Amino acid sequence: MWRVGLVFGAVACFLSLAGLVEALHARWVVDGWVSAGQVLLGSLLVGAGAVSARRARTPGVGRIGAGLVAGATAGATLGLLVWLSRQVDLRSVFVNASPTLLQLLSAGRAPDEAWLGWTLLGIVLGGLGAGAAAAPRRAVGPLATGLGTAVGLALFQELVLLVLQPEGLAPVRDWLFVAGGGPTVQGAAVVFAVATGGASVWQAVRARPSRVAVLPPRVARAVWVGVGLAALAALPVAGGPFVAQVLVIVGLYTLMGLGLNLEVGLAGLLDLGFVAFFAIGAYTVGLLTSVGEHGIAHWSFWAAVPVAVLVSLVAGVVLGIPVLGIRGDYLAIATLGFGEIVRLLVLSDALRPWVGGSQGVLAIPKPVLAGFEFSGPQHLYYLTVVASAVVAFVAWRLQDSRLGRAWMAIREDEDVAEALGINLVSVKLLAYGLGAAFAGMGGAIFAVMVGSVFPHSFQLLISIQVVALIIVGGMGSIPGVLVGSLILIGLPELLREFGEFRFLVYGVALVAMMLLRPEGLLPAAAQRRELRALEEGAEPVAVAAQEAVVEGGL
Amino acid sequence: MSKAKTIWAVLVGLVVAVTSWAATYAAPVRMGPVTDDWGVVRVARGQPILIAYWLVVAGPDASLGVDSRRGIEIAIDDKKTVAGHRVRLIGEDSGCNAEGGTTAATKLAANRQIVAAIGSSCSSEAVPGAPILCKAGIVTVSPSNTAPKLTDPKRGPEYACYLRTAHNDLVQGRAAAQFAYHVLGVRRAATVHDGSPYAEGLANVFADVFKRLGGTITSQEAVSPTDTDMRPMLTRIAAGRPQLIYYPIFIAAGGHITRQAKEVAGLEKVTLMSADGTFSPDFWKAAGEAARGMYHSSPDLSVEALGTKYQQFLDKHQKKYGEKPLSAFHAHAYDAAMMIFTAIEKVAKKDAQGNTYIGRKALRDALFATRNFPGITGNLTCNPHGDCADPKIAVYQTMSADPAKWNPGTDPKKVWAMKR
Amino acid sequence: MTRRLNFVDAFLWAFRLMVVAVVVWGTVGTLRLGRYTGEQWMDFVVFGLAQGGIYALIALGYTMVYGILRMINFAHGEVFMSGAYTAYFVAAPLAASGFLNRHPILSLLLLVAVAAAVSLGVAVLVERVAYRPLRRAPRLVPLITAIGASFFLQYAFRGLYGSGFKAYPEFELFKGEWQVLGVGILRTQAVVLVSAAVLMFALYQFVMRTKVGKAMRAVSEDKDAAALMGIDVDRIIVLTFAIGGAAAGAAGILYALVFKQVHFFMGFVPGIKAFTSAVLGGIGNIPGAMLGGLFLGVVESVGPALFLDGLGIRAPYQLKDVIAFTMLVMVLIFRPQGILGERLAAKRA
Repeated sequence: MWRVGLVFGAVACFLSLAGLVEALHARWVVDGWVSAGQVLLGSLLVGAGAVSARRARTPGVGRIGAGLVAGATAGATLGLLVWLSRQVDLRSVFVNASPTLLQLLSAGRAPDEAWLGWTLLGIVLGGLGAGAAAAPRRAVGPLATGLGTAVGLALFQELVLLVLQPEGLAPVRDWLFVAGGGPTVQGAAVVFAVATGGASVWQAVRARPSRVAVLPPRVARAVWVGVGLAALAALPVAGGPFVAQVLVIVGLYTLMGLGLNLEVGLAGLLDLGFVAFFAIGAYTVGLLTSVGEHGIAHWSFWAAVPVAVLVSLVAGVVLGIPVLGIRGDYLAIATLGFGEIVRLLVLSDALRPWVGGSQGVLAIPKPVLAGFEFSGPQHLYYLTVVASAVVAFVAWRLQDSRLGRAWMAIREDEDVAEALGINLVSVKLLAYGLGAAFAGMGGAIFAVMVGSVFPHSFQLLISIQVVALIIVGGMGSIPGVLVGSLILIGLPELLREFGEFRFLVYGVALVAMMLLRPEGLLPAAAQRRELRALEEGAEPVAVAAQEAVVEGGL
Repeated sequence: MSKAKTIWAVLVGLVVAVTSWAATYAAPVRMGPVTDDWGVVRVARGQPILIAYWLVVAGPDASLGVDSRRGIEIAIDDKKTVAGHRVRLIGEDSGCNAEGGTTAATKLAANRQIVAAIGSSCSSEAVPGAPILCKAGIVTVSPSNTAPKLTDPKRGPEYACYLRTAHNDLVQGRAAAQFAYHVLGVRRAATVHDGSPYAEGLANVFADVFKRLGGTITSQEAVSPTDTDMRPMLTRIAAGRPQLIYYPIFIAAGGHITRQAKEVAGLEKVTLMSADGTFSPDFWKAAGEAARGMYHSSPDLSVEALGTKYQQFLDKHQKKYGEKPLSAFHAHAYDAAMMIFTAIEKVAKKDAQGNTYIGRKALRDALFATRNFPGITGNLTCNPHGDCADPKIAVYQTMSADPAKWNPGTDPKKVWAMKR
Repeated sequence: MTRRLNFVDAFLWAFRLMVVAVVVWGTVGTLRLGRYTGEQWMDFVVFGLAQGGIYALIALGYTMVYGILRMINFAHGEVFMSGAYTAYFVAAPLAASGFLNRHPILSLLLLVAVAAAVSLGVAVLVERVAYRPLRRAPRLVPLITAIGASFFLQYAFRGLYGSGFKAYPEFELFKGEWQVLGVGILRTQAVVLVSAAVLMFALYQFVMRTKVGKAMRAVSEDKDAAALMGIDVDRIIVLTFAIGGAAAGAAGILYALVFKQVHFFMGFVPGIKAFTSAVLGGIGNIPGAMLGGLFLGVVESVGPALFLDGLGIRAPYQLKDVIAFTMLVMVLIFRPQGILGERLAAKRA
């Protein structure tokens, strides 16, 4: 019990010293009352209680007791940090142990009082957590959703304010937010109430679907599709250019994800150098359309895109041939090397006369269609949506084709697949080529979005992010790519103001995702089968061979 | 089926409604007593004027952006009110790369209440970011962009809203080359850049001017900002037997080069020279004693050149932040902010209720019309392409390389000032 | 099979010939230019070996973990960073009080101990929290977890210690150079090389001769069979991570000795280079990691001068990573198991 509390307390101390608490403290959840930093610390104490209550073996009161002890320990640990920082100057080592932090943590009181205060608070919140763990799911779930939404309102405050900018919405804005501050009491309360209510209704509907059936399933699905399409169309317009910009970036990563999905998800070829093809597509469009010093032809965007896709495809094949015989993790590092090689070549002084070196290729004009210029992020957004739709369709058809099944067979076991008569060379090269072509399409749009192409935009980090997003979204699954992109790319962009903590949370989120749901959020059926089988203790080899047979089409 | 049809109709109607509502997003061209081609900002009575920054305030180069932001904050403290309104500063981190600049600029451009922007920090951000702000009509003044192409006469109309108070690297490279050739008497030099547009541009300017003066450039090398082992590259430079190495890069790589140069056979007596990217006490920390005797080209930040106004600024900075400035462009940021405030006061109009209206194009024109503006960095006059700086480039020599003794002008000692 | 591979074979042959041609042509060109003296060539080699020693040290940890778990521990670079960075806070007071220069060897050992302990702790923690629950998951899942752990550690240390860098104090004892066989080698570089060799030797003996080492080889061969033999697999795995982590921490101190600057992002690039070294030498193979590291270091140092110069390429050192990765691909194509090939446990008939 106290061990759990100690862990939570240590986490709280760590987050304080890492500066996250102070950064969140600047954000009000309810203006003037509760800050996000306080919510964070509080939720850690509640969590301590909940987890230890869940684990406690004695039922009933014993659970609550466990929660109290855990909460007390967690609070005491945090209090210990406060006391310690008064004795020793922690700031020389931990840069964030500033007076402001101490002020926040001790609420201006003396260290002994602060320690006692935290312990007591820990007891109270720990008990609350234990109670929540013991309480029925039906009651706690909606409440948690409500709280989460209220906190989300605070975190995404800038975004909401951006959306509520038009003059006509001023009353809503002023009612929801204090001018220049956080959500008002009534704003937060109403949001909480609405979210909780909505969650309860949703829960009730899910529990008894037959009671609430309004529409036959086919029509219901059509409605959902319709809503989805409407949202897709209206979102950038409603959200403004910033939201549109973020969605364009999400769209580009989705394009890349769809491409990498063919290689990693379907064919099982771990490619960590994927950004190279993105770069090749971008540079091709840049060089062909630029009106600056490096433009080699002054083509229009629409003429340059097919060329860019073709060049990327060829590049994918050419870079795929040397690595045909390499497997597994060796392939990862080899492809990583290729990605870096491409980046270094376009950055180099040696190739500067042709591709611009570190100054990049500039003056790339926006696409013009029948006199209409795609100048803003909203317009590019629609272009990206169309491109993604086309690519997704191609990917979907490929998945169900013989080629797709051949890829899946290779993924499961190359040797078995070869024995089944699949030509490894052509199948693998097609995976590399087509994947690269999709990425090249994304690169083409990227070039016109930014209006210039700099080698610094094509870091290894991008390849890593694409791999992460298809795995978190669900490997081999097309809707999964979109979901992964929205969560892993869209959210951090929207929360840009939290600067460096983005990556901290990103890292934790990746680890947590893999621990909790390794098959991804929207996994393809095959993955789910495989992971289920592995969980049940089947031998990996047998599972793989079985899948190879199933996917190989026998 | 009719139920489904109704639902579809509702959805389509929603889309139409949302689209037409959003169409009212177009920036108003006339508001109150002001008519303006680029739009008008209305600041209600009692509300603050919104100034935004897009600087690099997070990540390894954060000292550059934070330093500039502090300059702006001190300017706001000094000015207190502009046209009867308080000033509120908001902003975005721009990351010192192209997408960071694009995203930060887009976020700012979406906020119709922003009157003017200050930024960016790095030239690579401004190249894609400035056109985005210009399209939204938000004028932006950069305190630390130095790439020549941003104020090139051929830069294009999409940069019409962009100005800067920082010097143009054409000036700094030339000054450094002149110092090396005329003052140090160096005839053979080598350059090293780190692949960033700033460093590469500056190294090339130095090389061009040096060659024109009659010197020889023995080699032009490049490293990656994350490289740590510079010795092979330095050995290659040593084969050319240069007398001076000019490496206008950033602190991390610059520190490595400085330390390792003396360890390479053939470079024991070579003179080292860097630029404003390493002009910071952090660089002395990185380079250690090897930095003693080396030179830096940088904006002239001595009180002797900038006068008592700068000393007062330094005092205020010390009082507010408890330390010396972190980088070289705080004074430029201060001047940028003051320039903007003055221009706002020139073009702002009030209506009967006391609300203020600012025309965006009028603000831009007023800024470009700045003549002999008394800033800390000198007398600022903006040319039609956005260069407002009164460039004072000096060359400093490092004496003790003790970070605790950092005091630009004394140590590093100012040994030369550019003739204008 | 041979018929279908004709095109691929031809391409690979062409690729091989092209690379060889570039190397030869460039080398001839460089030697004809006569830009560098013999001494300078020796310098290139020595610098390369010294840098390679650092890669080798970090690669040891990579290779051991891979040998046991078959997973790329992306977070290993951060394990390296954590020890080096934390030990700074011990080094600074030591230097300030003068203890550092009065008892340099003792101080160095103390710093190595601190760094190794911190790195060990971080490695074990990561294994416990992120990797152990995923032992049976498909290959890519632990990879993503490792990436997540890597991000987390980088930014955790950034949060704790700040985003700037810290500079290690100078050791008076290690300033200057020694003359070895008429060649000047920096003292710090010599220390790195000797330490790398010693550590590798120690690890190799440990894995080959001791009972625990035998257990490690058994687990790497077949986890389940080893468990059936009564080996506590979990304990062995933790031990592997611990040893690999400690080696990385030691590598961190040596790195700091040579390069002085430590900051939160310092582990990323060395991590990749170390992984490359491990693969080059044959992943899972301890002497292979050492060899791969030295080889990579030398290629990065000598390569650009040797052949890129002769081809008239500007700023050849900007492309040193291109050479390194091209060489990696060449090795992997033509000898996919790496230079020394065998795995940690392999004693194949």
